[in-house]
This record gives sequence, structure tokens and C-alpha cells, in this order.
Amino acid sequence: MQLKKNIAISDTGFLFDPSTGDSFTLNPMGIEILGMIKEGKSQAEITSHITSMYDVVESAFERYFYDFISMLKHHQIIEGNGEN
Amino acid sequence: MQKLPFERPLVQKISAGLPSKFGIQGKLEPITHIDGIPVNSLIEEFGSPVFVISENTIRKTYKEAYRAFASRYPKVQFAWSYKTNYLNAVCSVFHQEGSWAEVVSGFEYDKAIAIGVEPGHIIFNGPDKTIEDLTKAISQGSLIHIDHFDELYDIIDLADRLEERPQVAIRVNMDTGIYPQWDRFGFNYENGEAWDALNRIMVNGNMDLVGLHTHIGTYMMSTDAYRIAATKLVDLAQGLMRKHKHAISYIDMGGGFASRNTLKGAYYPGSDTTPSFDDFAEAITSAFMKSELKPDDLPLLILETGRALIDDAGYLLGTVIANKRLADGRRSTIIDAGVNLLFTAFWYEHDIRPAKAVSDQTEDSTIYGPLCMNIDVIRGNVLFPLLKKGDHYVIKRIGAYNNTQWLQFITLRPNVVMIDTTGTPHIIRKAETLDSLNQHELTPGHLGQFNV
Ligand SMILES: Cc1ncc(COP(=O)(O)O)c(C=O)c1O
Repeated sequence: MQLKKNIAISDTGFLFDPSTGDSFTLNPMGIEILGMIKEGKSQAEITSHITSMYDVVESAFERYFYDFISMLKHHQIIEGNGEN
Repeated sequence: MQKLPFERPLVQKISAGLPSKFGIQGKLEPITHIDGIPVNSLIEEFGSPVFVISENTIRKTYKEAYRAFASRYPKVQFAWSYKTNYLNAVCSVFHQEGSWAEVVSGFEYDKAIAIGVEPGHIIFNGPDKTIEDLTKAISQGSLIHIDHFDELYDIIDLADRLEERPQVAIRVNMDTGIYPQWDRFGFNYENGEAWDALNRIMVNGNMDLVGLHTHIGTYMMSTDAYRIAATKLVDLAQGLMRKHKHAISYIDMGGGFASRNTLKGAYYPGSDTTPSFDDFAEAITSAFMKSELKPDDLPLLILETGRALIDDAGYLLGTVIANKRLADGRRSTIIDAGVNLLFTAFWYEHDIRPAKAVSDQTEDSTIYGPLCMNIDVIRGNVLFPLLKKGDHYVIKRIGAYNNTQWLQFITLRPNVVMIDTTGTPHIIRKAETLDSLNQHELTPGHLGQFNV
């Protein structure tokens, strides 16, 4: 799972994809998770970080995480790397 | 360490170009209480989903409508349209407020009698009145609104046989400038059929022609259509006076005022575009006041308003079952009430709200019911906040037609609760059980046993 090249993300959650001209907004949790993806963190690392900081259990987080990833893929913001 | 509140991560595309119709949607305020009772406790006590009806809102809305007409015209009478919501408790609130009953079938007629409505205050409309229905209505002195000539001849026959004078009016259909014209009920004004029917009644002499009736359509947004309809009925009344020296006692303008729900495909919400009771009242009463009818002969103005009187008082409360992604990335939220309970979802963009404060984040969502059918859509394309499985929702303005058109499909119909004017909830229709349905079924003996 890897962020597409050239994608620009602002601190306020504005995201721009110069290859398509599409822009997106992220909520604060979206910014935080996408930031970790950008740093190359694994799903396990992300999960343990979020569940330790925020009031959410692992099973619930997993659901929202997968949903978020599927939307990032749908919008072609991340690329699959062939790992699925 | 206190953990921070968690919110689902979310990414949304910003679409350039024309602002979508979502552009005008404000933040969805949650509905946390109904008449002072927390939504959560209503669901806890009465189950999910559950219909909730506010007695207070019915009375308030009725008084508003009554005042709009009574402040403009001296003789006004509402007749509660049973088909709109005929739960006994609901009808009783309207009857306590002074409404007569307007019924369209033998079943509804019997219901009104059983509740205790004086037969002379029951208006019997509709194209399907059996001989048995007509016999009852004639002998009890109810007001029979004749729909077609076959019915007129049945009544002429019965008047003879029963040696009673039926109290009759005719239903008139007409061009009021709206499309489609409802011309399948009653006698047409423009082609002279209505006048023909009136003449036959007058010539027959064995009936009392007490009124004229029309019902020009439902969810009408045009006040002018009512002005035109009133003018045409007043014209027939004047004709009766001129030709037969006969003064009718009432003109019944039917129902049809739009409620504040939003029709599917409408650009602006119904709450912004629906004419007020005052607007409708002004259109109708000004046509009456402009007529040549003598002040002594001014007919009683009857209104059979349905949806506009009850929609606001009804709520459907329930629970989110699941969230899913559709193939195109849109969110779908599945709730525990489908089109079987919320029949009006077929024509309204229902106002669905979360039952507690949620984040401002919304997503383009489609809200589905739990039925295994593609058409089970409660609300398509709505910017909806992120509700999780188990969260509660409230659907507003569902008081009209749902408790009468609901279908017992796959699931049982849930409790209907009325909150009285002191804020106390009462079950007014018990949730159905397997037993209540099986009571009506009979299994032939040879099908009594099997081995599976
Ligand atoms: C004869 C008659 N009166 C009254 C009504 C109530 O109409 P609404 O709910 O549109 O006010 C109807 C409904 O179709 C009707 O057929």
C-alpha cells in the first residue's frame, strides 16, 4: 500500500492529485492515517498507534480502516503494490 | 490517560463545476427528543423500529388550519380523511377537535361508527360503495357523495325500497389548470355531466341534495387550482338556486393540500415551497365570498384535508443495521425500516436525521431498508453523517398514509406510540406477532404433517 507519487496533502486535509486534476478533502483522522501510510507504516503499526491514542477498539478500527483504504483506492490515491 | 474521541477516517472528492443540489442542504441537526422524550428511551421501551405520533402536533396543526379558514369564512367544518391515518387514537384526536369523518369504504365507514362518530357527520366518498354499504349509510342518515351514474341509480332504487330520503352530494371533477387532471372520480364539470347528475337528482325528488364535492388531487402546490375549483362549485350551487330554487347546505373542497415533505426530484425542500393553510384558505374563501350566494344561503365549507394535518405529527424511529460501500464508492447505510413500513418513501425525499449529535462530516449516502429487494430505498443520494451500526435515526413527517398503506412483508409491523399532551407515551397499536398473523390462516388437514 503506497501513496501515489506527486500527491500533495496540506495540513488542513486538502489533497490534490496533479495527474488527474482531482482534489479531495480529508477529515482529521483521515489526515493522520494517510500521513502514516505516506511514512510507509504497516497496517499493524497504524492500528496500534490509533487504538492507543483514541477511544476505539481494534475490531471496530479495522472495519473503518479497510473502508477508508477502499475509498483511497477507489479515488486512486493509493496504489495496491500488488499485495492484495 | 483519557483517550481521544475517535472519528471514522474519511476522504471525499471535491467536485468542481455546478453546485449540486446538496449545496443547499444545511447541517443535519439531530433529533434527540420527541415531545420531550429521548429517542433512545422510546426505542428502549417500545422497540425498534417504532412509529411515534405527537398528539400535541396534531392538535396544534389542526387549530392552525381551522383558524386559517374560520377567520375568513363564517361556516367551516373539517372532516378527517380516514385513509390518511385511521388508527383509532388518531381519529379520536381529530374528532375531539371537532372534525367529522370522511370515509371511502365500508370498512372505514364501520370504523367511524365504531369509534362513535355520529352517522350524520360521516361523509361517504369513493367509487366502491356496495349495496350493503349504501343501505347502512342511507338508513343512518350519513352523507353520501355519489361518484357515478350506476351508483346514483342504486341509491334511487334503495330510497324507494327503504322508504328513506338519502342525504346526497355529487363528486365533481374538473379542469383546474393542473396536470394530470383527476377525471376518474365523480362527474365532469366542463362537459355538463355534473349538471346532468344534479338535474336527475332534483327531478327524482326522493333524495335530499345537500352538497357538492370535489377532490382535485393530492399534494397540491397550487392555491390557484383551489380558487378555480371553488369558483366552479359555487357556480353549480348558483345554478341550482336559479333553476331549482334549491340551496345546498355545503360545499366540500376535498383534501390535497401539500404537506411540508419534499417530493422526489424537487429542487427546493417542501418546507420552503409548500403554501400555508392561510394561502389555501384565502384562495378558497375568496371564491366563495365573491359569489352571488345570499349571505343567508352561504354553504358550509367542508375540508377533507389529510396529509397536511398529520404528516408533521408522525415520526419513524429506528436503528442502523450496517454500512456498506456500493460498487461506485458511494456509502450505503442499511436501517431497520423498509418501504414496507415507510410506503411514502416511494414519493418523498424523507427527512432522516441522526438521533444524537454526530460529527459534521457527511458522505453521499443511500439509505436502504432491510428488505431483500432492490426497490427498498428509504432515501437515495443524501449527504448523511456517519452513523454506526446500532446508532438510532429519526425520520420526520411520516404521519400521513404510512399507517394505512404499510405492507406486512417479511417483517411484522411494529408498535405505534402516541405521546399525549402531558408528554406520556401510550401504545396505540401493538406490534404484530406471529400469532396475530397466523390467526387469519387456515391449513387444510392433509397439509398438517411433513418431514423435513
Ligand atoms: C376524497 C378524498 N378526500 C380527501 C383526501 C385526503 O387527501 P390529502 O391527504 O391529499 O389531503 C383524499 C385522498 O386522496 C380523497 O381521495
